[in-house]
Amino acid sequence: MTARPQLTPVLRRLRLARISANPSRQAALEQSLPCPVARRFSTSRPRPFHTTPAVSAKAKFTSETYPDIKRDSRFAQLTGEHVGYFRSLLGSESAVIDGVTNDRAADDIEPFNSDWMRKYRGHCKLVLKPGSTEEVSKILKYCNDNMLAVVPQGGNTGLVGGSVPVFDEIVISMSRMNQIIEFDEVSGTLVAEAGCILEVVDQFLASKGYIFPLDLGAKGSCHIGGNVSTNAGGLRLLRYGSLHGTVLGIEAVLADGTVVDDLCKLRKNNTGYDLKQLFIGAEGTIGIITKVSIHCPQRSPAQNVAFFGLESFDKVQQAFREAKGQLSEILSAFELMDEGSQALVRQVTKNESPLEGRYPFYCLIETSGSNADHDSEKLQAFLEDVMEKGIVSDGTLAQDETQIKSLWTWREGITEALSHLGGTYKYDVSIPLKELYQLVEDTRARVDAAGLLGDTDEYPVRAVVGYGHMGDANLHLNVSTRRFDERVEKVLEPFVYEWIAARQGSISAEHGLGVMKKKFIGYSRNPTIVGLMKNIKNTFDPNGILNPYKYL
Amino acid sequence: MPALRILVPVKRVIDYAVKPRVNKAQTGVETAGVKHSMNPFDELSVEESVRIREKNRAPGGVEDICVLSAGPKKAEDILRTAMSMGADRGIHVDVKEGEDLEPLTVAKLLKAAVEQEKSNLVILGKQSIDDDANQTGQMLAGLLGWPQATQASQVEFGEGDTVSVTREVDGGVETVRAKLPMVITTDLRLNEPRFATLQNIMKAKKKPLAKKTLADFGVTAERRLKVLKVTEPPARQGGGKVEDVDGLISKLKGLGAI
Repeated sequence: MTARPQLTPVLRRLRLARISANPSRQAALEQSLPCPVARRFSTSRPRPFHTTPAVSAKAKFTSETYPDIKRDSRFAQLTGEHVGYFRSLLGSESAVIDGVTNDRAADDIEPFNSDWMRKYRGHCKLVLKPGSTEEVSKILKYCNDNMLAVVPQGGNTGLVGGSVPVFDEIVISMSRMNQIIEFDEVSGTLVAEAGCILEVVDQFLASKGYIFPLDLGAKGSCHIGGNVSTNAGGLRLLRYGSLHGTVLGIEAVLADGTVVDDLCKLRKNNTGYDLKQLFIGAEGTIGIITKVSIHCPQRSPAQNVAFFGLESFDKVQQAFREAKGQLSEILSAFELMDEGSQALVRQVTKNESPLEGRYPFYCLIETSGSNADHDSEKLQAFLEDVMEKGIVSDGTLAQDETQIKSLWTWREGITEALSHLGGTYKYDVSIPLKELYQLVEDTRARVDAAGLLGDTDEYPVRAVVGYGHMGDANLHLNVSTRRFDERVEKVLEPFVYEWIAARQGSISAEHGLGVMKKKFIGYSRNPTIVGLMKNIKNTFDPNGILNPYKYL
Repeated sequence: MPALRILVPVKRVIDYAVKPRVNKAQTGVETAGVKHSMNPFDELSVEESVRIREKNRAPGGVEDICVLSAGPKKAEDILRTAMSMGADRGIHVDVKEGEDLEPLTVAKLLKAAVEQEKSNLVILGKQSIDDDANQTGQMLAGLLGWPQATQASQVEFGEGDTVSVTREVDGGVETVRAKLPMVITTDLRLNEPRFATLQNIMKAKKKPLAKKTLADFGVTAERRLKVLKVTEPPARQGGGKVEDVDGLISKLKGLGAI
């Protein structure tokens, strides 16, 4: 086996497409690749950024991008006295990054002030890193008493600006609360602190034969507390369901410092209102999640991946039905990509497509099960069947681990490829399956009719593409632009939101609301529901200090 | 030039993307329940053979591409994979699980196979990623008395029966030329193996796959080498942080580096 490490870099250079996701090799791999590895990035990202994220220039302040948002004058200005309190509370030097009394700390605060896409940027001057629930509680009590606004922050991998401050809110970073507290190997229940990094937890679970019920592109940075707070969706949702089902309990701290201990480890508990559900997806607006108890499924030792081309969206739907019927319990992902998105991946990565011909639609199917032979037999029988029935025009089946990863890059690499090409308007939507792709076609026709879409430089829009989690009726509509042009936004909005609202769809299937979609919630929720939500917010956080200017 | 009858030996090994683990008894690597696939170098051999045919690179054409694997029953899977990539037929030589063959035994087996199948070109991986022996191709050429071109990064067919093979060597490339019949071993830059399409995967199921035993080739699985112990390489020691430049200098001095 000695030559295996030496062989690896050579194989890698030769087959750039065949990306190893083995985490121990990740660092070296990134250096050897011309572009970062897709796996680390989210599989889907949101809407407009007008500069490419590769540009390291500082982002525009959110307060300038959204001039309508005004600083709430009820909130106090931070003073040295406040900082002094936090210092004495947290003790450790590294737990407080102080830009209030120390001007030189600005560089250290910058990463907390803006998101990874450099699309949102705040004016925060103080970052606190509590190490325990008790410290979180004391911080919040003090902030509530002194009317200081705060923004809870996990891995800061969000896509809608929910985790970065808008004005001078204090950032409460959960990164020091990163301990795995306990794991029950019989039931699969994991209890961990909110600041644990998803990938670290998943690796810990892998060593025990279990899997975290959530997987997404940003797993190397995102925190599980953040995942729960934003109700992240990701790649395993089709199989393991949403966090609303898998999270068994949480511990959270309310705005006034009250610790809500609902760290239940039971799968069944019908005693009263299920309050923890309110915190899942609340984006830190009603409390800060400090611990999570979650039910983890058994890890499937056998995985297979197939990739195929189809002639129409009708056939995609038929294939999905057949897949559900014939693969049932082993089906773990059914992803959709259109030719437009694949053409962009080809253009950027210069990789050869796994299929020789070009088809309007491609699907990626993943199966996970306990018996490789059984699964592969089932998958082959399914593929033969859909080929014979003419549902699928062509396809391939990964023959080894490397090919599995390589096929996945055609799905996961789309976002990456798009960001290389320039600004992209991104819509993460959920629409009934029947009309899922119609949105892309209608949008494309509309942009084209406005004379904005074309192959040459004179047109601001390069392409209108769609891809997403077919299994969850979740589509990512992406409009790739060459440069910022006001007309594009006018053509797209509110058209897209109205289109979705007319079909009772969701304007944010998995990305959340944050700053970006705050004002669009009305397209997916009626006034009664929004009113109830506001009541909940006021009950839990009467002073409104938690993550202000966002969500509702 | 005669039509080519290519023999491509392939081996089933632990998947290259899987991290191998030493078994508890320290007698070898854990194989049970571990994902296996075709040795990556052998994939290159299969791909190259198929390309020679598809692109009509050999003046005499390609008459037959036969893949052969010696291993447990599961080795049939990788033979099917090779056939779905474009090989015509397969030969499975049954070897019991765990009864690994040494390179010389494999070379003897292949020599017999070459004679039975009337092959005039053998393309094989330069090594398998499990044993890393890098000996079989050379031994086979020796036993057959054929010329050999190892670690090929390019293969071209020329006038007469000649084949030019470019191989990467330290500091550049070396081109060697020989006449058929010959043995070529493949290196990583030779080509990029394809994805097998669904049609071809289905077709491969109907291609002939002969089942044989070592005795059919007149060889026995004798072992000349004895594995004493298999251990993992020592774990890398974690690095340390220094406060400032002076700290770094004193640390380096302490290590005797400066």
